[in-house]
Amino acid sequence: MNWRLPWRRQRRPLPSPLPHSVLPWLLLCALATAGPHTLHQPLWLTAIAGLVLAWRAWLWLRQLPLPPRWLLSLVSLGSLAAIVVEYRTLLGRDAGVSLLVLFLALKLMELRQRRDGVVVLMLGYFLLLTHYFHSQSIPTGLWMLLALVLLTATLLRLHGDDRARPLASLRYAGVLTLQALPFMLVLYLLFPRISGPLWGLPRDAHAGLSGLSETMAPGSLANLIQNGSIAFRVQFQGETPPRAQLYWRGPVLDHFADGVWRARFLPHRKPQVEARGPEVAYVTTLEPHNQRWLLALDSPTAVPAEASIGHDLQVLAPAPLTSRSRQAFRSVLDYRHNRQEQPLVLQRALQLPAERNPRTRELAEQWRRADPRPASLVQRALAHFRQEPFFYTLRAPLLGRDGVDEFLFATRRGFCEHYASAFVVLMRAAGVPARVVTGYQGGDINPVDGYLTVRQSDAHAWAEVWLEDQGWRRVDPTSAISPARIEAGIAAALPDDEALPLLARVDLDWLVRLRHRWEAANNAWNQWVLGYTPERQRQLLSRLGLQQPDWRNMSAALAAACGLLLLLLTLWSLGRRPRLAPEERLWQRFCRRSARLAPDLARAPWEGPLAYGRRLGERLPTLAPQAEAIAGLYATLRYGPPLAPRDRQQLLERLAACIRELPSRRPS
Amino acid sequence: MPLPASQTSPGDGIAAVLDAANRVILGKDTQVRLALACLLARGHLLIEDLPGVGKTTLAHTLARLLGLDFQRIQFTSDMLPADILGVSIFDREHADFRFLPGPIFTQVVLADEINRATPKTQSALLEAMEEHQVTAEGITRPLPEPFFVIATQNPAHQVGTFPLPESQLDRFLLRLELGYPDSRAERALLESGGRRSQVAALTPCLTPPALAGFQDEVERVHAAPPLLDYVQALVEASRRAPAFRHGLSPRAALALLAVSRAWAYLAGRRQVLPEDVQAVWPALACHRLPLAQGSGHASPEEALALLRGVALP
Repeated sequence: MNWRLPWRRQRRPLPSPLPHSVLPWLLLCALATAGPHTLHQPLWLTAIAGLVLAWRAWLWLRQLPLPPRWLLSLVSLGSLAAIVVEYRTLLGRDAGVSLLVLFLALKLMELRQRRDGVVVLMLGYFLLLTHYFHSQSIPTGLWMLLALVLLTATLLRLHGDDRARPLASLRYAGVLTLQALPFMLVLYLLFPRISGPLWGLPRDAHAGLSGLSETMAPGSLANLIQNGSIAFRVQFQGETPPRAQLYWRGPVLDHFADGVWRARFLPHRKPQVEARGPEVAYVTTLEPHNQRWLLALDSPTAVPAEASIGHDLQVLAPAPLTSRSRQAFRSVLDYRHNRQEQPLVLQRALQLPAERNPRTRELAEQWRRADPRPASLVQRALAHFRQEPFFYTLRAPLLGRDGVDEFLFATRRGFCEHYASAFVVLMRAAGVPARVVTGYQGGDINPVDGYLTVRQSDAHAWAEVWLEDQGWRRVDPTSAISPARIEAGIAAALPDDEALPLLARVDLDWLVRLRHRWEAANNAWNQWVLGYTPERQRQLLSRLGLQQPDWRNMSAALAAACGLLLLLLTLWSLGRRPRLAPEERLWQRFCRRSARLAPDLARAPWEGPLAYGRRLGERLPTLAPQAEAIAGLYATLRYGPPLAPRDRQQLLERLAACIRELPSRRPS
Repeated sequence: MPLPASQTSPGDGIAAVLDAANRVILGKDTQVRLALACLLARGHLLIEDLPGVGKTTLAHTLARLLGLDFQRIQFTSDMLPADILGVSIFDREHADFRFLPGPIFTQVVLADEINRATPKTQSALLEAMEEHQVTAEGITRPLPEPFFVIATQNPAHQVGTFPLPESQLDRFLLRLELGYPDSRAERALLESGGRRSQVAALTPCLTPPALAGFQDEVERVHAAPPLLDYVQALVEASRRAPAFRHGLSPRAALALLAVSRAWAYLAGRRQVLPEDVQAVWPALACHRLPLAQGSGHASPEEALALLRGVALP
């Protein structure tokens, strides 16, 4: 007796073994999708996944059976435990991606059915998306596009095309991808965009980003100079101001202790800026630095709505910048700032740590006795830097407890932060309010797209002194020692043997051009692809006529656009189908009509006209003469020698007439 | 007004040949028609079957009805090429060598049990088939026209046979199996006695020039572009079918078209229809499609299955 329920047997999927030749493709897909994660995942995971892949490839080469299930279960459980130990969780971005990588590798070990291959490919498609957690650059995009084509080609081969040439499969997959392109564009442009990442990137996503910091110690900027990466890009409306005026203001530091400059909290008050020259307008595209400050030219007059301008002219965003962002500014380059200053600020600008740097204080005191006017004290200090043998170098010696004393009187070798720091200490000791400003100075115009590119290596520190009637004035002691730094940039200012970021001073024209091109392409990608924010989407939609975009009319627009595209594609492919000859159309009509007479009377695709006519006649003898006449006419028209147009027309009319006379229902 | 495709009839002479042959060889309509089509398409015929089912009778009948010379060569394992092609012997009277033509110098050759002979002897015949000429002792002599070989072959699994290699099988336009007659035909055969006297009594229906005229007409049968598409699709499908080691060659495609023309002509049509291609397909394709697994060739059922997988373009 058969105890098995009948429906159970039907539910079992039909076994369809995986074609042997598809396996290398699946392995390649796994490599292409999981490989780049090697850069972000723990080494042991890479080792396990790599070993499993190699093992699978060996089994395939030798045509050996797959490992038993208990062994696989053991490996999976062990790796799962290792992931829990590594990340303390199975959820979240990194643990989740690691799990996916592991599943993908282990699934390859139980490829028995075609279905299993499909599972691997779906995992691959999904894993592909997770690369965006780590990078959204052009190379990542290109790699993902290639991997996408590879996955699709494998999917094609998995479903019966496994004897095709590899290039043919790839080309087919490429065509499919190209056909998906318009839909991708529509979805990209119209799918409602959400500000902020969809799944909440963890806070550490932008850890380890380089840039200015809230403190300045001797050597901190010199380290930053080694970094050739881009800090921000600027597009000026109108002419770019001369390089020597490009002071991009970052954190303002007014507290000096233990050789370190810091910023102290200041109650917010509106700064007073008197413009003495024309305004310049520009847009900056700031790379994420995980800090709140924005970088504007001294002195900003108009800042983006959400940002605020501080009492010390620092521009702050409401939250740390964790993604690339654009800001529009206006600045005046010739200005007076806070001619009436708060006593608290002035008092802080005279602070000095007690009992440190006695020789510096003594020197300042000496100068003050000679000429107590603040302006001449400033000139005196600058002249001191210019006349004494000071050197501008990245390789400054380490400084001890009385760092400024050592620098001014012993080592005399330093970088911009040394000079700014020493100058401010001198001023404060002489009774002139002064502070340190950090930021960037200069930048290079990319000739390809005209953007001014400011790099981390353009980081700079300078000083500000407050003078009666003039307010805060910028004094850059570095320009006294090394005017080239301000006029021509860091590469020109430093001796040739000093380490600088790769490419910062290459003379190879083509290499520089190549770099400019690459950075311009990157910039365009950032501006147009990654920079497509909800705001920009709203602008685009309102330009398209959607005044108040909400999710309802956006979905409608999305559906309409996709429908239109589908319609166009369908029309296009219909238009490419060869037009049927008239006799062929008539014949097909005849076949359809006779198929309706009885289900077994449909013409088989391979059945010739005469044979079909004869079969019809045998089944329905009353129709025999008509059926044979129609078949004969069609055969003459289609397979006969070319006819005179008139004869042909006559035959066609006879054929049409014969078909019209056919009964639409089976004769009883 | 041209007549619809199915209503004309072939030349009178050919119809008479078919008629008379069918009166001698009973119940083998299709085979007789295929054999005649093969001849009209200027091809050679291979008949594979057991001894005694009427292979020789068919060959002999066709030769008589077409008014052609007929020679029969019984192949044996000790046969030499010279036994077929002929030898030169020394003539004492003229003190010179004289060529004695072999049995191949005739219009219809029945090569009986060709797979009993050694490959060397087989290839002597096959070369003559291909070139329509014989080269013996450095002198090339043309064979008479028309030249038509009907070879018979025992099923390959019989003892003491040398199966024909692929390349030589391809030289035969069609391969037929006669098979046992059905019971009615066999009864008629038993009632009327052996065929020998009937064949001897046959009078030719055609002359060689008339036959050549028919062959020329067959070549003029129209093959429309959709039909050529169909032939190409079939050949392409045979190349892609995983069941066969390799598909049909371009020569086979040409052969398919030629026989289809002859078949259409025998049906009284001046254009080839897909039905004609389908009718000759098993006889043309089977011996050209070696199976991917094991030895042997496609069975007619396999050939038909391939055919049914190809839609008419």
